[in-house]
Amino acid sequence: MLISMNWISEFTDLSGVNIKELINRFTLSTAEVEDVYEMGKNIKDVVVGKIIEVNDHPNSKKLHLVKVDIGTEVVEVVCGAPNVFVGAVVPFAKLGGRVGDLEIKEVPIAGVVSRGMCCSEKELGISDDHSGLMIIEEDYPLGTDIKEFMQLEDIVFEVDNKSLTNRPDLWGHYGIAREIAALNKRPLKPLELADTSIYRSLPPIDLKVEDDKRIYRFSCITMDNISKKKSPINMRIRLTYCGMRPINLLADLTNYLMMEIGQPMHAYDNRKVKDIRVKTFSEPFDFLTLDGVTRRIDSDTLMICDIKEPIGIAGIMGGELSSIFYDTSSVLLESANFEGTGVRKSATRLGLRTDASSRYEKTLDPEMTVIAIERFMKLLMDIDPGVKVTSCLTDSYVKRYDKITVDFDKAYIDKYTGIDIPSDLMEETLTYLGFKVTRDGDKFSVVVPSWRATKDVTMKADIVEEITRIYGYDNFEINSTKSLLSPVRHSVERDNEYRIKIFLSDKYDMNEVHSYIWYETKMNKELGIVTEPNVRIVNSVTAENDTIRSTIIPSLLGFVYKNVDSNPEMGMYEIGRVADGLTEDGLCNERKRLGIVIASKVLSEKEVFFKLKEAVERVIMDIKNISPVFVENNEINKYNYVHAVNSAGIKLKDLEIGYLSILNPKIRNNIDKKLNVAFAEIDIDDMEKIDAMPLEYKEVSKYPGVTVDLSLLVDKEIRYETLSKYIDMYPCQYLDRYYLVDIFEDDRILQNKKSVTVRFEFVSMERTLESHEIQSMVDGLLAVLKSKNIELR
Amino acid sequence: MLGNLEKIKQQFQEELNKVNSNAELEKIRVTFLGKKGLVTEQLKNLRDLTPEEKRTAGMQVNNLKNDIEQAIVEYQKTLEEKEYLQEINNAERYDYTIPCGKSPGTLHPITIVQKRIEDIFKTMGFIIEDGLEIQTEYNNFEAVNIPKNHPARDMQDTYYLDNGQLLKTHTSAAQNTIMRKYGVPKTGEPMKVLFPGRCFRNENIDASHENTFFQLEGMMIGDDISISNLIYFMKVLLSEVFERDVKVRLRPGFFPFVEPGFELDINCEICEGKGCTTCKHSGWLELLPCGMIHPNVLRMGGIDPERYTGFAFGLGLTRLAMMKYNIKDIRLFNSGNLKQLRQFTR
Repeated sequence: MLISMNWISEFTDLSGVNIKELINRFTLSTAEVEDVYEMGKNIKDVVVGKIIEVNDHPNSKKLHLVKVDIGTEVVEVVCGAPNVFVGAVVPFAKLGGRVGDLEIKEVPIAGVVSRGMCCSEKELGISDDHSGLMIIEEDYPLGTDIKEFMQLEDIVFEVDNKSLTNRPDLWGHYGIAREIAALNKRPLKPLELADTSIYRSLPPIDLKVEDDKRIYRFSCITMDNISKKKSPINMRIRLTYCGMRPINLLADLTNYLMMEIGQPMHAYDNRKVKDIRVKTFSEPFDFLTLDGVTRRIDSDTLMICDIKEPIGIAGIMGGELSSIFYDTSSVLLESANFEGTGVRKSATRLGLRTDASSRYEKTLDPEMTVIAIERFMKLLMDIDPGVKVTSCLTDSYVKRYDKITVDFDKAYIDKYTGIDIPSDLMEETLTYLGFKVTRDGDKFSVVVPSWRATKDVTMKADIVEEITRIYGYDNFEINSTKSLLSPVRHSVERDNEYRIKIFLSDKYDMNEVHSYIWYETKMNKELGIVTEPNVRIVNSVTAENDTIRSTIIPSLLGFVYKNVDSNPEMGMYEIGRVADGLTEDGLCNERKRLGIVIASKVLSEKEVFFKLKEAVERVIMDIKNISPVFVENNEINKYNYVHAVNSAGIKLKDLEIGYLSILNPKIRNNIDKKLNVAFAEIDIDDMEKIDAMPLEYKEVSKYPGVTVDLSLLVDKEIRYETLSKYIDMYPCQYLDRYYLVDIFEDDRILQNKKSVTVRFEFVSMERTLESHEIQSMVDGLLAVLKSKNIELR
Repeated sequence: MLGNLEKIKQQFQEELNKVNSNAELEKIRVTFLGKKGLVTEQLKNLRDLTPEEKRTAGMQVNNLKNDIEQAIVEYQKTLEEKEYLQEINNAERYDYTIPCGKSPGTLHPITIVQKRIEDIFKTMGFIIEDGLEIQTEYNNFEAVNIPKNHPARDMQDTYYLDNGQLLKTHTSAAQNTIMRKYGVPKTGEPMKVLFPGRCFRNENIDASHENTFFQLEGMMIGDDISISNLIYFMKVLLSEVFERDVKVRLRPGFFPFVEPGFELDINCEICEGKGCTTCKHSGWLELLPCGMIHPNVLRMGGIDPERYTGFAFGLGLTRLAMMKYNIKDIRLFNSGNLKQLRQFTR
């Protein structure tokens, strides 16, 4: 919103005030000022001139040679305006003067020297009217500088509308002036109003509010005999400076009032509109608004009607057919207060947000409707004294806001602020802002003014804001808290997340990625990934991605696909959320999952698989100090990207926390036939249910150990885990540990067997083992294995 | 005898000059000094001499033996040096400009920035908390004083789910849960919590708009937490975050969950407060919203607003990462584009 300092100074004295400093304080205490414009500085030496002679230009049909009397002399200029005529009084820019970016110099125009310039309103920067010269209707001595009667010089500042959303009182100059008065500690002048009580005996307007749900108040009055069509020049300048386009006197006045006190008003042509009904319609219908557009009105939109038909959309825009015309001389003036939410919702449904609706949205003060009418009448009658009032002020006050009184004491404010603001200063501030203060020492009871009582100020904390913002946050002494020293609870789970990430990035050169919480439907289709139905978004602007993911893997496979062309080797992971269906109470079963994917054109599929397995095993070991076990899991085959054979569940103690798999060849082929891909998904929430094992140091034997490598011939389909179980069946107190060294497979030599080399380490804590003891242990072990059809190679 | 020794010496010199390796040198040693070596043989010959002759000749043989031994040791050193030089000169020249290995793994830029900030807050005694991404309407709105009919609840901003839940629109959605988890703070021991999280806005994405982004929120609640404390903490913490002595200023700002609410600005680093295009010539950069936690929010969190006060602040983590790394296009974060993400090596 644009605010004119000239306008403000009508309501509070600004003499001697440093305006730049004031605007800065306004930003810090009230609302953000985004820009400051100095208006009229670029208009210089423009005076009142009278055209006394008009001749054709010898070289141009459009141009004229004009003689202008500026009091002290007669100047000859070349003028291109279409409306030059003898006797016209116009703003005339003298040699050496300035009009906007143009410096006035002696210049030949089409061969004839011009010694000045007659100006249009647009050239003076006071409207967008460039149809011809500005005609000065008032009577001023020739040669008078136009700045003597036109308020061209002004400081206009733009307040960020967003920072005013909670301040319905600041949507007009008068409210802003109240803030500035408080900041300067100078009084706010009362608005000059017409007295409507003298028309009490006139007949009222036939007004009925039939639907009172969305309205607080409707006030109106009729006036006749309006003869002036054009607003005074200074009113037009203000409107222009504040971003409104001057139209005609009545329209300008309604806009002027809206800019001045924030109350939207509407003027109906009284020839067409005699009575008022406020209501909704059960059936939708079409309505022509005054911007010339036909709009569909639904049953939730409040309408202003006369006895026959709708004449305006309440709080949004008037109708085309009832609006004032060029020949309107009698008006019905509406000044109403509609409920904010209703207006906002209607405006949204209609796709029509207007200056009026955006003000109503902020919940305006209903006390303003009558004040606006009285102010309108005062201004109109000053401009056009012949105006006749033809009705009494007709007012239907449907609903009232409660009067709000807030009680507090200084101690409460002190606790909130952490500083000591004197009670006298609090009282002064609140009084400037219009609060009615009753005070007993440090005890306060304040009545919230009506313009702040519609939603803005309701409780003590709100009062704290009023006092502190005017006090100035820059003036606060800043202090640390007086708190005790206490240890901070460690966020183990968050630490673990970082450990996992750093482990995978540092040890496995993987890249952390982030993906969306929903399935990317198009991508999944392209890759042939089928996902389970899950909870869905009902209103997404990207409607095809409406399903919340129940697993993180499809997102990662999508990334593999996106990167495959330029990356022959990839390792990616994400810790992200999924919704694994719903819980019993109907809420999403949100889980935190770790997804890992490794893809390579360099490594074999088997190598990729085992690299992933190693990463999974080691990352879990790193966090939990527990070796996970890999088990058969048929449930994961429900995912069509899982490999039916080369996949396994991941178990930590007794809890299955995830799985790993080779990418199903069908999906792989859609990405790249030569790419070997393996992935794993681990439920972090489940993993965190298992406590980490403490690290236990084991004493090492002082005596030398003996290692024996045994190459065992094992049936091909027997897993290492099974072999390991067989080995464990042999009770041997001196077998310290054993581990896999190598697996050799060659069908030509070994047929259906594989050779598994296991290294056994024997040691005693008490003595050095004799070689025959070792031999007998090996023999015993081999005997057990033989019973399981496993022989030494 | 003497002539013999002279001959042996000569023969030794000749043969030594031909030696090229340790093995050959060893051979010579054996030839001359071995059990049956030429010098050893001479010692045996001493038996037939008179004691007088024995003494003289013995000395001479011993001298020869010592000379030869010394010559061999010296020659060995020369040989070793030669071999060493040979190895060095014949060594394969490694091209140390060849790039090694693959590109290192990386953390997501959000993770890097988030961890750094969490670490700073931890040193100030803040607990790090987490919140759900899928939230109830109550937690996301009612509990933070955004009643029904508030414009922020309009359909276009929020992703609503078919089970009645929503994707959280701000980290504040965790406030109520956290207040209830930690309960009423003990005297002099304010609750200090930081809770970063991923948030969602239902809008179309472009270079400067994302529907999925990270925020970070903190709050401190206790029996004597004031606006003065808020300014202090913000100044100290932001100075740590930006690694400079940050000046802060507060302006009134409206957010339903705080009262009073503020917009916090920091002094512009680029122009040092003199005014430039980055700060729109104001010398200040709008950084974060903050404020004193609204009494209604405290009450809904089970904390008596008459006894306790608190402040809260929010920070756009995604925006901060964009500032830190000079990222122009916000879509990078969720792109999974390895060319981009591989650059965040620290």
